[in-house]
Amino acid sequence: MSTRAFGSRVNRNIDSRLLRGQGAYVDDIPLPGALHVAFVRSPFARARITRIDTAEAEACPGVAAVYTCDTIGHLDIEMPLLIPHGSMDNPRTQRPLARDDVYYVGQTVAMVVATDRYTAEDAALLVDVDYEPLEVETDIEKAVEDGAPLVHPTNPNNVAAHFVQVSGDPQSAYGEAEHVTRIRVQVDRSTAAPMECRAVAARYDRVTGELTVWDGTQAPISVRGGLASIFRIDEDKVRVIAPDVGGGFGQKVLLFYPDELLVPMAAMKLGRPVKYIEDRRENFIGSSQERTQIHFIELHAKKSGEIVALKDFFLHDTGAFIPYGIAVAQVASTSIAGPYRIRNIEVEFKAVYTPTVPVTPYRGCGRPQACFAIERAMDQLADDLGLDRFEVRRRNLVRDDEFPFHREGLLFADGLRVSLDSGQYLKALAMVEEALDPASFAAEQEEARRAGKHLGLGLAFYVEGTGLGPYEGGHIKIHPITGKVYVNTGLTTQGQGHDTVFAQIVADELGCAVEDVIMVEGDTKAFDWGVATFASRAAVVSGNAIYKTAKIVRDKTITAAANMLEAEASDIELRDGAAWIAGTDRKVPLAAIATATNPLRYAFNEAAQAATQFAPASRHDGPPLDDGQHPGLEATDYFSPECATWSYGVHGAIVEVDPATCQVRIRKYICIHDCGNMINPTIVEGQVMGGIAQGLGGALYERVEYDEDGNPSNANFVDFLMPYATEMPNVEILHLETPSPLNPLGVKGVGEAGCIAVGATVASGVEDALRPLGGGPFRHTPITPSMIHQAFETA
Amino acid sequence: MTQRVANVPVNAVSPDPTATVRLHVNGEEVERTVSVRMLLSDFLRHELGLTGTHVGCEHGVCGACTVMIDGRAGRSCLTLAVQANGHEIRTVESLAGPEGDLHPVQEAFKDCHALQCGYCTPGMIMNVVSHLEADGDLDLTDEGIRDMLSGNLCRCTGYLNIVSAVRRAAELTEQSHTEQAGG
Amino acid sequence: MKPPLFDYASPETIADAVSALSSNPGAMVLAGGQSLVPAMNFRLASPSVLVDLQRIPGLDTISIDDGVIRVGAMVRHRDLELDDAVNAVHPLIREVMAHVAHVPIRNRGTVVGSLCHADAAAEMPLLLVLTDGAVKAVGPKGERIIAARDLFQFHMTTTRDADEIVTEAHFPVPGTGAGLAFDEFARRHGDYAIAAIGALIEKNGDGTVSRAALAACGIGDRPTRLAASEAALTGTRLDDADLEAAVRAARDEITAPDDMHATNAYRKHLTGALIKRVVAAAAARAK
Repeated sequence: MSTRAFGSRVNRNIDSRLLRGQGAYVDDIPLPGALHVAFVRSPFARARITRIDTAEAEACPGVAAVYTCDTIGHLDIEMPLLIPHGSMDNPRTQRPLARDDVYYVGQTVAMVVATDRYTAEDAALLVDVDYEPLEVETDIEKAVEDGAPLVHPTNPNNVAAHFVQVSGDPQSAYGEAEHVTRIRVQVDRSTAAPMECRAVAARYDRVTGELTVWDGTQAPISVRGGLASIFRIDEDKVRVIAPDVGGGFGQKVLLFYPDELLVPMAAMKLGRPVKYIEDRRENFIGSSQERTQIHFIELHAKKSGEIVALKDFFLHDTGAFIPYGIAVAQVASTSIAGPYRIRNIEVEFKAVYTPTVPVTPYRGCGRPQACFAIERAMDQLADDLGLDRFEVRRRNLVRDDEFPFHREGLLFADGLRVSLDSGQYLKALAMVEEALDPASFAAEQEEARRAGKHLGLGLAFYVEGTGLGPYEGGHIKIHPITGKVYVNTGLTTQGQGHDTVFAQIVADELGCAVEDVIMVEGDTKAFDWGVATFASRAAVVSGNAIYKTAKIVRDKTITAAANMLEAEASDIELRDGAAWIAGTDRKVPLAAIATATNPLRYAFNEAAQAATQFAPASRHDGPPLDDGQHPGLEATDYFSPECATWSYGVHGAIVEVDPATCQVRIRKYICIHDCGNMINPTIVEGQVMGGIAQGLGGALYERVEYDEDGNPSNANFVDFLMPYATEMPNVEILHLETPSPLNPLGVKGVGEAGCIAVGATVASGVEDALRPLGGGPFRHTPITPSMIHQAFETA
Repeated sequence: MTQRVANVPVNAVSPDPTATVRLHVNGEEVERTVSVRMLLSDFLRHELGLTGTHVGCEHGVCGACTVMIDGRAGRSCLTLAVQANGHEIRTVESLAGPEGDLHPVQEAFKDCHALQCGYCTPGMIMNVVSHLEADGDLDLTDEGIRDMLSGNLCRCTGYLNIVSAVRRAAELTEQSHTEQAGG
Repeated sequence: MKPPLFDYASPETIADAVSALSSNPGAMVLAGGQSLVPAMNFRLASPSVLVDLQRIPGLDTISIDDGVIRVGAMVRHRDLELDDAVNAVHPLIREVMAHVAHVPIRNRGTVVGSLCHADAAAEMPLLLVLTDGAVKAVGPKGERIIAARDLFQFHMTTTRDADEIVTEAHFPVPGTGAGLAFDEFARRHGDYAIAAIGALIEKNGDGTVSRAALAACGIGDRPTRLAASEAALTGTRLDDADLEAAVRAARDEITAPDDMHATNAYRKHLTGALIKRVVAAAAARAK
């Protein structure tokens, strides 16, 4: 163990299991006798329910129960508003099953429980619901106009929230500007589409009164709290387990989805385990989505390109409900100035109800939209002032000596200040410039143009506030028998590789092998202090909590080992699963230390004999454990960040636009990325690459379509175009590692980084490619062949 | 809250027509009497407990449920269990060796960090294995491998590590063939 | 997304299969299932009885005689794609196959099934139309040959009667001097085409076009021959102006309305670009 695990490209602990098909996702949990759920969902975007007749469904063979809002008792409530905020008027959340009105196609109206999903789907079709359809408006710009049909009569002009934030003194600064660049940009709706849809299973043990819920959630501890509260059961009788989860990307952090309450309810009422395995169609019409925003952004600048003030107004589509508060819009509004030294900011948004699937964070959470707005505006500013796109950025980037750079007056989504904590922004820009070599590219572009090919260079910088609080914990215990190190934290994994990166942190402190760290997350019976996986926070918040905890266990281990080896603590080193007296071959294994520090009555192995009451080392003059002393090698500690730590990066691309097919082909893609100290570069790159693929989806392919009546028209993988391997270009990732000063490990989050700048980069490239023809601008993603065709036509 | 809990009676059993299917799964003969509408994916997962085959879309686009049917990759979600009657099925559970050694494709996926959440992985791997085992030349250019992988969605990795893993798997397979030939 | 209830029949003769179809209103034929099963999973198709053809002997054969490639009803796309004898006489089939979904789908989906499904943007119907192929249908009243031009009515609808089974598809082997080419554009690899064009060009000794066949899919409610474009090309030397004329002549055929994947204007543009590209490629192959 001479090399440090932290920073190494260690293979993942979890892979051997997943590769063999031994993953245990919710639907893989054996629950003999389980009943299965299917939902009756609204076929109308906005309607009044006048009658529900469940008789025929109830009589259907194999059906155990059919529930409507009238038969779910105290669950017939508006579900919790998770993040209250003063900017919302009458914040509306959904009921588990619709009462009186439905607000989007896909909203749950009734629930059928049957012997199997096939039968449950049959019976769901037999539930007879009469609807009186109401008028709808799905276009957010029209929805805020007077007279537009209202989603909720409680909210005039469909405004769910209205919020203004100001940094500096923009009103005075506007007067100092010599030029104003004003553009409108739009990002359309997408969805996380994790490969595993959502899933919930529940079992109620009527003997013990324990409710166990398997939930493919990013927030099991919060789900447990909510269930205990809503069902009025003691917390210790509710166990929530997030087992292996097949991707989340934010969609699975929302609680509660109706099934998360109704499935446990049915398990309790029916006395049998109950499962709801969401299918793909339901994932498209029933699980959260995100992205639609329309920004009107202004850059007030000097002729030199120096930006003196930024003004942004945007509309944010929140869908039919706002259960997650204004988080998405707030992240967008506080990220709007990007990496730039803009001291005067005025940013205002309206969150708008539309009769569509509710909007909560999807990987990126407002950042891609903010990046798209500011970066498209930066390109336009360069164009307006006749400056090079790199140069206009260089003149405005926060310089290395200006960190930490506070955006006074802005509060981030955690209610804490916005402070760009560290970075090398200028170096990052220089790296992408070197990789793309704009000077020689210009020549290539010119030559290509003469051959009828349209090449363009795309560029976008992004920042990402990561590692939000409030806190996470770490619990570490060295197993006395095996000497393996057992670690818990409160947040959960959906494939990010937590078990490996956290193991790397622990392995360095305790001198054990990474494979000998057993990481257990997502089970409230194992550890139940913590929040959830969101906002690229696991490495920062749990990582540092585990690091702090490992330090405590390390100290305990060294102290105990020094006693056992009769050496000075300062001479003890931990490596190869043992404590050694430095420079000698005398050692004691971690298992033996863990056993020795745990006074025993019963000997069950050789090491244990040494810890029993009549063993030579046992004391006979007082209690085996002193007051305040704990048995074994175990500790728990927590980390609570003072504010978000800001990752950043630059993307650059060379794109080709084919005038025949109007297709965009990415010939080269460079990503410069800095997330502070990297625990495992391979995993960091995996996160970035996956994010880039999702960003590419948003840039060119993925748009959730609603027709004018609010019907989703591509709620399937045939028409919602997620990239395959054939659509993914080669990507080169280059790293910078500027430690964060805000946490002991110096790490920053990486989960969402990849997706943020892709739309802006691709649009920048396409615009550059078609500029000589007068085609464009490109300020709307996804960029479709039809849009490019339009640009060619108008050129 | 106190719950009045009793095992609520379920209406009499479903009227689904059933059929008896006999097939070979991972080298073993199995026989079950199931509803004729049961999908092969559900049959493998819930009748046989082979939960390594995952279900991602149930309309044939994502490829998570890909298994080998008579030696060729196919969607178990687009195949009825009765259609598999008399046929030979291989799932991801068949790949690792008797001592638990990973199959070269699994090994390569591990080495190349070609999986994250692992949900698409078994289907992805079965598709790759079917190509590596097929007669004829493999196109191991970037484009050829991408084409091989097209038809399997992955939402985590961005695919590039999977492309590397396929190339690595082909090398490992080639090596083991060479070693076998030489030894 | 589970299929609805149905009865299942697995006949061992064509006659029994036809009888199962004709005696059960709402019965449907199951071959590879790659289009039907997803439709059932979405509950867009609810057959009363599924008549599975897989146990009927002889339906999985490919034969070439009398200048015709006969493809049985249970022949998978992949079988036809990999058939070297077919490739030797009709190499365009393998080229077209590369655009049909993905290998795991081609491993299961049948060629005849694709023709009967008759998606307006599917490649195999286009190929049948391009080469004046036909299908053989067997019903209670006996068997009949349906020419490709008479088969496709509109999107997902053919002139096959509900109680008929298409037992074979007939792809004529192109003449030795003919040049054939195909290309399509889909936003994502393997998806149904936004537009696809197939071309067959034969030339006179003087280099002028003696025969031009052009077929398209994705542009309207069925795969279609572009007769006006064919006429515009026949007798020419395929100069740029001739190709432009062929493109212009095709515009009225492009009737697909704006949809989420393409505007009509873009489809027109794309189809034009494909016509030029594919005709040129076919001409280069013509001897």
